[in-house]
Parts: sequence; structure tokens; C-alpha cells
Amino acid sequence: MSFGAAHLLGIETLSPEDIVTLLDLADTHAESNRAGHPPRDVLAGLTQINMFFENSTRTQASFELAGKRLGADVMNMAMARSSVAKGETLIDTALTLNAMRPDLLVVRHHASGAVDLLAQKVQDCAVLNAGDGRHEHPTQALLDALTIRRARGRLHRLSIAICGDIAHSRVARSNLLLLGKMGNRLRLIGPPTLLPPGIADMGCEVFHDMNEGLAGVDVVMMLRLQKERMDGGFIPSEREYFHLYGLDAAKLAHAKPDAIVMHPGPMNRGVEIDGTIADDINRSVIQTQVEMGVAVRMAAMELLAANLRARRVEGDSRVGRAATEVRDA
Amino acid sequence: MRDTIIIGATLIDPEDGARSGHLIIRDGHIYDIVTDPVPDPEARFRALEQVDGRGLCLAPGIVDWGVQVGEPGARHKESLRSAGQAAAAGGVTTIVTRPDTDPVIDTPEILEFHARRAQADCVVRVHPMAALTKGRAGREMTEIAFLRDAGAVAFSDGLRVVENTRVYARALTYARSMGALVVAHVQEPSLSSGAVATHGAFATLRGLPSVHPLAERIGLDRDLALAEMTGVRLHIDQITTARALPRLERARAAGLDVTAGVSVHHLTLNEFDVGDWRTFFKLTPPLRSEDDRMAMVQAVADGTIDVICSMHTPQDEESKRLPFEQAASGAVGLETLLPAALRLVHGGHLTLSQLFRALSLNPARRLGLEGGRLQAGAPADLVLFDPDAPFVLDRETLRSKSRNTPFDGARMEGRVRGTWVAGRRVFGGADA
Repeated sequence: MSFGAAHLLGIETLSPEDIVTLLDLADTHAESNRAGHPPRDVLAGLTQINMFFENSTRTQASFELAGKRLGADVMNMAMARSSVAKGETLIDTALTLNAMRPDLLVVRHHASGAVDLLAQKVQDCAVLNAGDGRHEHPTQALLDALTIRRARGRLHRLSIAICGDIAHSRVARSNLLLLGKMGNRLRLIGPPTLLPPGIADMGCEVFHDMNEGLAGVDVVMMLRLQKERMDGGFIPSEREYFHLYGLDAAKLAHAKPDAIVMHPGPMNRGVEIDGTIADDINRSVIQTQVEMGVAVRMAAMELLAANLRARRVEGDSRVGRAATEVRDA
Repeated sequence: MRDTIIIGATLIDPEDGARSGHLIIRDGHIYDIVTDPVPDPEARFRALEQVDGRGLCLAPGIVDWGVQVGEPGARHKESLRSAGQAAAAGGVTTIVTRPDTDPVIDTPEILEFHARRAQADCVVRVHPMAALTKGRAGREMTEIAFLRDAGAVAFSDGLRVVENTRVYARALTYARSMGALVVAHVQEPSLSSGAVATHGAFATLRGLPSVHPLAERIGLDRDLALAEMTGVRLHIDQITTARALPRLERARAAGLDVTAGVSVHHLTLNEFDVGDWRTFFKLTPPLRSEDDRMAMVQAVADGTIDVICSMHTPQDEESKRLPFEQAASGAVGLETLLPAALRLVHGGHLTLSQLFRALSLNPARRLGLEGGRLQAGAPADLVLFDPDAPFVLDRETLRSKSRNTPFDGARMEGRVRGTWVAGRRVFGGADA
């Protein structure tokens, strides 16, 4: 096992070996989940706190389920309407948490880099980034990778299109990093107002025409278009967006015949994806993504908890050695 | 007070270049400069108080244009006393303060308070700027004549753009009739609103809202057109992007009375220095690409940019210990201006004379202040420094009340050994 990190803050710092280790373990959890006997002792005795400064029912539920399946004591803190609203800073929140002594901390925050900042300030605790601003959402990229690997049998030398609002998407950034590290060809498709600056320098091809962009791809990843972007500021209207960039059968016909369709959810049917495509069990793996989400989060927490315990044992023995040295002196 | 002589220093004059000699201070002014070889100067000048300058450089004191001091309103971040001590330690002999205080320096009464506090507490010269519009709100012009008579050397809304072009044009027209100098911050406001980084792959990877570098040129284009329209004397506080420079050159060629500055941070740091959301590198405008940085260095060397300043912006720990987007913007710079700027000399981009033209002479001239020269009769505002002395900056040693420097832990070269303001030694001496 090669995974040695203390926290899971982003894909950027993971090596391809780390990614494979995580996915292999997640694969076994996916199987045990299906069989109905997940290993309930893996996180037994550990406390997991989910801190969501930004509301997200789905991701929070997935982390909660993952923790509970492995036997952790899970607690949800709805930060969006708590002390933060009373003006508490992130640093003070971290200090408060240190006093509560959680083992696993799952954090979502609306500011890029905020989870990183929190991770620097908490002690003796593994932090998992559940999405920070427009920066990263590593477990989403991992679950997407696992879904692709299971559907296509490999996670390299695939042609993968990411379509939609890439500018505001942390999911897109983490996926770009992960799929790039694993050696895939990446295509970004969207209107120029929804593509982030400098993206062409990151080794992907950019398309504004969806039919061209989808030509011959193995995987089509759709992104959610936030309601607040549809007001004429970024795109003129929902219907024009669907006409140009909504995934329907005609556009999908340009991809490989066995190309899979993905979406991180929640979907806007009729805006970025046609309902019949989303429901087509031969093409859509959207439900598998949700299932793999739990498995990947179980794997991430298991590996981080193992590293945490190892650090604690080392810390104890260091304390012990110091005591011995003091006694012998 | 006895006359003082600084013996054997390399004298850096922005116009005359560098030469070795002795400089005599009398009654707050430079009395004489002796460049002919003097055998045994200690004996020859024994009647004077002597300072050994051998192996050191002596230059006209720095005029730092655009210093924020928290008086009134934020003395916990920086007082005139602490700013003065920081300035003296940095070889800065004149600070030109910004009006973005709380309340804003937009009436003669508040300006007088500021000036009185400066007189009482600050060891270096203070020349305040006043706001161009009341409350810096961009709606009504301030009492430019009263403020000028009360001592305002220039008019500026700080880092805020007057968005309403009609209001701005009228204020500039009025300022023109008073002969007032206006300092503009050029950014297209709606493009730069909310942005904390410069467009590019780095900002995208870090997930930070970013602004295109051309937002600066759009702002500059408007202000240059208004300068042409009104004939106002205009100074641009900071030019930080390569693509704005040709506009500046063209405006000068067309005869407009326009000058420009750049902060030392934009000359020595680039966007990548932000690293993992390090908020001490959050500046306004945001740090730029390396290409832009090099273009700014070149522009200082060829004179397109006239002034190097620190844009000293003190922020307390609490306002910086936040996620990057929410953290306060700005960096302190009074004490690091000289060693940071010396990087450009050590890197072979500027001579010491060129550097002090941008640090001392040009800002003094543009603001109508004495100083900026090493010549007989000039005020004895001087900085004696060792340009090669290496050190590692520890921000805890800064004299500013706020220590939000991007150079914490940086290896720097160049230490100030003595600072004189009007012939009085305000830094160095027995302890240096």
C-alpha cells in the first residue's frame, strides 16, 4: 500500500500509485456493500465529524453512510446556520474542533483553499475535502474514476469529454487532474463564458462545438449548470444552452457507440442532459456513480484512519522513548 | 547642532551617478560635497561630527508614495509613530499618506488632524494626499482648494475607482483649475470586482476568482482620455501589466502630463508566489505573470514607469488569517522597500542611480517636494546603506504594528545603516 498522506485535500498532491491504491480498496468496499456485509470494525471507536459550510445533502449523506458502514461514530454539523453565522472565523472553528478531538473531519466550504487552511490548524485528525470553492472535490473525482474503471475496464488511454460549466466547477478541476495523471486524453466542451482562463495550458483540448468535441470519445462527463448562471450573464437562456450543449441522442451519436454518460448530480433534466439519456441503462452510469461514491469515501477514510493510527503509535513510542531517556539520565 | 560629515561613502545621485566622496550636513541641509581626494579625512574634518561611510552607499532619502497609516481610524494597524519608525528603518525619509482612512481624509479638518498627529509623532516627513471625492464614494468632489491649502500634495480615492465618468471628469476639470495633482487607480471596476488573482492557469488551479490583465488597460485608457479632455496633471498609482505600457508611452508622446508608479511587490514577485493560498501575497491589483513582472522591471529601467513605491498597507493578523478570497488585501512595505528594490540592482536590471531616481527623485519632483538629489543646498534627507549586506527577513522584527509582509523568511541583500531627515539622524547611530 503506497498511500501515506495525512489528509485528502485534493487530487493535485496524489500520485498515480495513491490513486490506484484508493480505487483498489474502494473496489473491495463496493463488493462488500453489494454483498451486504461491510467491515463494520474498520473505523470502530473513531469519531467522524461532517462540517458543511455549504449545504449538500447528497455528498454529506454519502460521507455519513461511508463512515457508518465502517463503524465510525458520525456527527453532522450544519455550519451554514451555526456559529459561523455569528461571526466565528475558520481558525476559531479549528480550535474548537481540536478541543472536541475528532478523528476524521469531512469539510465542505465555499472558499477555495479554506479546507487547506483548516487542515493546517487542526491537530491529530485527518481532514477530507468534500469540496472547497472552485478548487477541488477529490472524492468526486475518485468516484468518477472508479466508475469509469469498472465500466471501461481501465483508467488510461481513454478519450474523455467534460462538458458544461467548467469555470465554476471544482468537480471538473479534480477530474482534470486525476484523469490527466492517469494518462487519458481530455476534451473540454462548453461556451467560452463557462471555460476557466488558462485552461488550454493544462494539456486538454477545448471545443465550443459539442458534436466536434464528442467525436469518438469513450466517456462523456456532464456537469451541472447552476441556476444562477442561467440568467443571461453567462449564457442567454436555458433553451439555447440545451440546444447547443445539452446532451441528447443526436449529440451522443458522435461519441463511441459504447461510450458511457456520467453526471455528478443533481441533474437539470432538459438543461444539460436529456432525460431519456440520463435514464438509459445501457449508456448512463449515473446511479453507479452514487454507489461508488460511498465505496470511495469508505476507502479514503480507511486509509487516512490507518495513517492516523500509525502516527499516534509513533507519537506514543516517541513519548515513551523520551520518558525512558529522562529516567535513564 | 554640530555639523556632520559622512566620510568615504559612495554617493548615489540620481542625475550625476555614483562617485566616492564626503558629504557635509549643516542646518538640516547638505552644505557641501567633497569629491576631491582628501588624505586623512578624519584629521582634516576633526571639527565635525563624523560618520564612517566607507564601504557604504549614501543616497537621497526615499519618498514613498501611497503609504496607508491608520490615523484616523485604525491606529491598531499602524500609527504615525510606528509608520515613522518603520520608514526610518527602511531609509524612507518622506511618506506620502493615502486618504483611505476611517473617516476618509476628505475635509481640511481631518487633514489637519492627520498633519498634527504626524508633526507630533512621526520622525520622517509626512505629506498627506486627500480624497478626490467625499467619502471616496465617487459622487461629489472634495474641497480641493481648501485641502490643497491645508497641505494635501495630491488627490486620490486610494484603491477605489471613480466609476461615474461624469463625476470623475468634473472633478478632474476642477482639479486642473487648481493645478492639483490627481492620483488614479486604474482598473475597470466591474471586471476586477471580486477578483483576487490574475487570469491564468494558476488562478484556475487554485480555484480563485480572477481578472484579466487587460482590465488595467481599460481603466488606463479611460483615465488617459480624461486627462486629454481635462488637461489634469495625472499620476497612475500602479501600472502592473505589460499591455498597459504602450498606452502610457503614447499618452506621453502626445504631450499629456501623466506619470506612473509601480509597487515593489509587482517588481519582485509574481502570481505563483501565492502558492497554497498565502494571504500575505494577496495584493491590489493581484500579482501578475512573470512576463508582466519582467516588463515592469524593464519599464522602470527605461523610464516609462517613473516611481517605485511600497503601497504600504498594514493589515492585522485577524484580517489575513482567513480563506484567501475573504482575507484583506495589501502588504506592508516601508522596511522592505529598499532591500526588495535592490534585487533589481543585484539582478543587473537597474543601476543604483536609476533606482534612486524612481525611489526618491521622481516622486519628489512630481509632488513638488524638495529633495531627491545629493547636492549642496538640498535638504539633508539621506539614507546610508550597505547594498550587499545579506539577511533573512524575520517579520517579527518589523517596526510596523502590522507585519503582513510577503518577504517573511526571504533572503535579502541591503541593510540601512543610517537615515537622516532634515539633518537629524532618525535611524542608526550607536546601535547600527
